[in-house]
Amino acid sequence: MNHLPQAWGRPRDDVYGPYDASYLQSRLPQAHTQSPIVTGTSVLAVKFKDGVVIAADNLASYGSLARFTDVKRLRPFNSKSIVGIGGDVSDMQYLDRLLNSLDVTENYSSTGHSLNAKNLHTYLSKVMYKRRSDINPLWNQMLVAGLDGNDEPFLSSVDLLGTTFSSPTLATGFGAHLAQPLLRKVADDESKVADVTRERAVEAVKECMKVLFYRDARSLDRYSIAVVTKEGGGVEGG
Amino acid sequence: MFRNNYDNDSVTFSPQGRIFQVEYASEAVKQGSVVVGIVSKTHTVLVALKRNAEELSSYQKKVIGIDEHFGIALAGLASDARVLSNFMKQQALASKMTYGRPIPLERIVTQIGDRAQTSTQVYGKRPYGVGLLIAGVDETGPHLFEFQPSGMTQEMIACAIGARSQMARTYLERHLDEFADASRDELIKHGLLALKESLSQDKELTVDNASVGVTGIAKDGKRKVETFKLYDGSEVGPLLEAALESAELAGGEAREGESMEVDS
Repeated sequence: MNHLPQAWGRPRDDVYGPYDASYLQSRLPQAHTQSPIVTGTSVLAVKFKDGVVIAADNLASYGSLARFTDVKRLRPFNSKSIVGIGGDVSDMQYLDRLLNSLDVTENYSSTGHSLNAKNLHTYLSKVMYKRRSDINPLWNQMLVAGLDGNDEPFLSSVDLLGTTFSSPTLATGFGAHLAQPLLRKVADDESKVADVTRERAVEAVKECMKVLFYRDARSLDRYSIAVVTKEGGGVEGG
Repeated sequence: MFRNNYDNDSVTFSPQGRIFQVEYASEAVKQGSVVVGIVSKTHTVLVALKRNAEELSSYQKKVIGIDEHFGIALAGLASDARVLSNFMKQQALASKMTYGRPIPLERIVTQIGDRAQTSTQVYGKRPYGVGLLIAGVDETGPHLFEFQPSGMTQEMIACAIGARSQMARTYLERHLDEFADASRDELIKHGLLALKESLSQDKELTVDNASVGVTGIAKDGKRKVETFKLYDGSEVGPLLEAALESAELAGGEAREGESMEVDS
């Protein structure tokens, strides 16, 4: 006979054989996102002399199924910046709500101050890094396009690990492989940005969106494109 | 024994609608040595009179740099000011960390205002016994704010708090029109002269008892902000000389005939 508390209320081993304790497990270990579910594909962006052009198609795929075809993945923030989001769409919607509340707090607490694209990128990188450190990442890669504190064009990326980098041209997802080399023909170096006109940048991005539609099986021919300059930013359907 | 029944805590109004504990806290500010702040279109300056508890001790710090773009001057309980300044340092650092942006002054001032207000409405808390002048520069230019233990904060053009500060305020009111367009040096001069006005007969401004803090919009270069500079000890010397010299000059002009006779 086993009198130990661990054995209380259980069938006796000597009568019924060893007890399978795994049935006592009331819950599984907590698991976070292991992979994204509904996803958006590439985001492209190019700096030019007075601003930044950014584009992303309107598709949210469910695996290989083109599930939602009018999902806007460019998110303007206070007329100075636009965030293009690729990756998990529900996490994108969470980020959208987060930016909404940030916008409200910023406008509520004082006047005359606004977060520029650089500030916004710093903030988002902290959010992403915090989440990856909690081993519960937001499954996205974002491009933040806009103007920095000196009203210079600003373009930078942050991904689900909180890794950040910037370049005169940036592309996420499939576009990082296919569009980025093409975009580098426009400006492969920070010093060349000053020679890039708005028309040239827009044309290059549109061309890349076309190439991506032909070659990326998770893409769509309908996309949003936006240009941010000192005069403000605007998103257009394409 | 008691002055009245309504001054034992900071959450009870008197029938006249006053909160005595908060008023007593304001008295603590009036016991502190005087600090002066002035703002122009380009700069903002804090000037303070330091005191030493005894001959052998050092002088109590009156001007504290919080971040690169702003600093505070205090009058009242220095230990309470340290608590507040540590809080402000943390908030300023947090803003730099999360947004890469120097914290807007209006916001940090609101934050300490809110904090101080809480201790006037929660039982068992004590109001801060310190008044602050917060001076600095942000995106919207140079600013000067006043903070009181009641939690009241307001933006000022020029301000003086602490013992005998009325004399300094009188000086500031008299020269109010000159501040907006004053240069960095002129602003410091006005600050020191306002401070001098509030001194008692037997006292003088020296390199030991004067502190100056300055920040402003940088004239050139890539940086937009002139880093908050604290002048203490021997560094105050040249500033003090310049201020006193200009005061003598102005005084000399006023009684020109007399000065020629006195000169020997």
